[in-house]
Amino acid sequence: MHLKLRNASVALGLLLLSACSSVQPWVKPYERDRLADPVMAWDRDALSSAFLDHVYESREGSRGGTGAAGGGCGCN
Amino acid sequence: MMSPAVLSKLATLVALAGLFLGRPAAADVLPDNRADLFYSKYSGGGMDISTYTASAHVNATENIGLDYSYLVDKVSGASVDVLSNASVIKDERKQNSINATWIHDKTTYTIGYSNSKERDYISNTPHFSLSQAMFGDLTTITLGFSRSRDGVGDNGGTANNPKVTWVGHAESREYDLGISQILTRNLIAGLTFDVITDDGYLANPYRFVRYYSNSGLGYDQGSQVYPDTRTSTAIEGRLKYYLPYRAAITGVYRYYRDTWGIIGDTVEIDYTHPVRNKWIFEGRVRYYKQSHANFYADIFPYADAQNFEGRDKDLASSENITIGAKATYAWLPDGWKVFKRSTVTADISQVRFKYLDFRDIKDYNDTPAGGDYAAGTEPLYHFNAMIYQLYLSAFF
Repeated sequence: MHLKLRNASVALGLLLLSACSSVQPWVKPYERDRLADPVMAWDRDALSSAFLDHVYESREGSRGGTGAAGGGCGCN
Repeated sequence: MMSPAVLSKLATLVALAGLFLGRPAAADVLPDNRADLFYSKYSGGGMDISTYTASAHVNATENIGLDYSYLVDKVSGASVDVLSNASVIKDERKQNSINATWIHDKTTYTIGYSNSKERDYISNTPHFSLSQAMFGDLTTITLGFSRSRDGVGDNGGTANNPKVTWVGHAESREYDLGISQILTRNLIAGLTFDVITDDGYLANPYRFVRYYSNSGLGYDQGSQVYPDTRTSTAIEGRLKYYLPYRAAITGVYRYYRDTWGIIGDTVEIDYTHPVRNKWIFEGRVRYYKQSHANFYADIFPYADAQNFEGRDKDLASSENITIGAKATYAWLPDGWKVFKRSTVTADISQVRFKYLDFRDIKDYNDTPAGGDYAAGTEPLYHFNAMIYQLYLSAFF
């Protein structure tokens, strides 16, 4: 039963996404000047973000969800 | 081995990728060539870590970009749960990372490899990701996979005379799905879903459990025994809004849970404010809270009380809060010779760690029964850490 429900959900999801092909961009390219401003970048400094993610991952039980790289922890 | 649930998620991701990759679109572009020199210092909880990084991104053609970075961590000191058992350490970690990016129409493929080496830990991580822009570039979907193979050692010697015994291997597989979505002229949203599975030796060989005993301290110590598998799921949502006076505010929430029983919540708010075209200032506040792993205890009732036992403070119930500030200065805004522009950035953060069921036995390690405290009644551990970052970026 659960398997059928899950398959049905996936099929419905794919169908809905297929319907999205007719979606027209509601924010036109010439309306994206503010979004192109450097202050709106998700991650201006990838090295700094990776470093801070590494600091947290080495000292917290949680990991993932932020795109941090692997490697040793220097956490003795 | 991947569980059926993970395989099912992966199959869905692959199906979605196939669906989106079928759509033709106009071409995307690579970022500018860039070189960075990065220095950071972490100081807190008995640890001092200095990190030096050099990295470069170069576009070999219009469609192919290459990245390389070299990182050195210099570690001295030891955290509290190691200090209660072992001598102070000095160590060095070196990491080489290389990436190649290929853009084809609206699809970006990235393949990379990272190698990290310490005297007592080696990690090799290949990874692959692809991202697809769609719906007139309103939406970008990214799928990623990486696999780490680690060797775990135990240095029974000293800083100058190491005697490393390799105690096991660990493997990790990470699957992630990210969506970035333009919502309005001023608002963008992001969502990341991340599943990580681990297998092998997952404990920290330098940390120990303790249990009540009739010794002078009131406790004795034993080895940690961790489960040899772990699966974690993290989902993070973020919103970024362009304010009316040219500034931006970001809100982030992450929910985390794993098969060890840890549940974590992270909330972060960032504020970015430029001044003319010379400066960008940024402030951030981050709060994190987690519950303890189901095999964690600060002190166990007796030796071998459970099949799995851990007293690593990273597995304890804890919370921390970060307050940080960053300033970026465009010192060559109009470029110089081959450089289009260049920036220098300084970043300072303070993190206040507070543990809710991990006790500080470092200063009470004398008889009888931990000085003024009976075993299991020592003060809860807390510490503050300072993080300094300084980096130079040149674009050409």
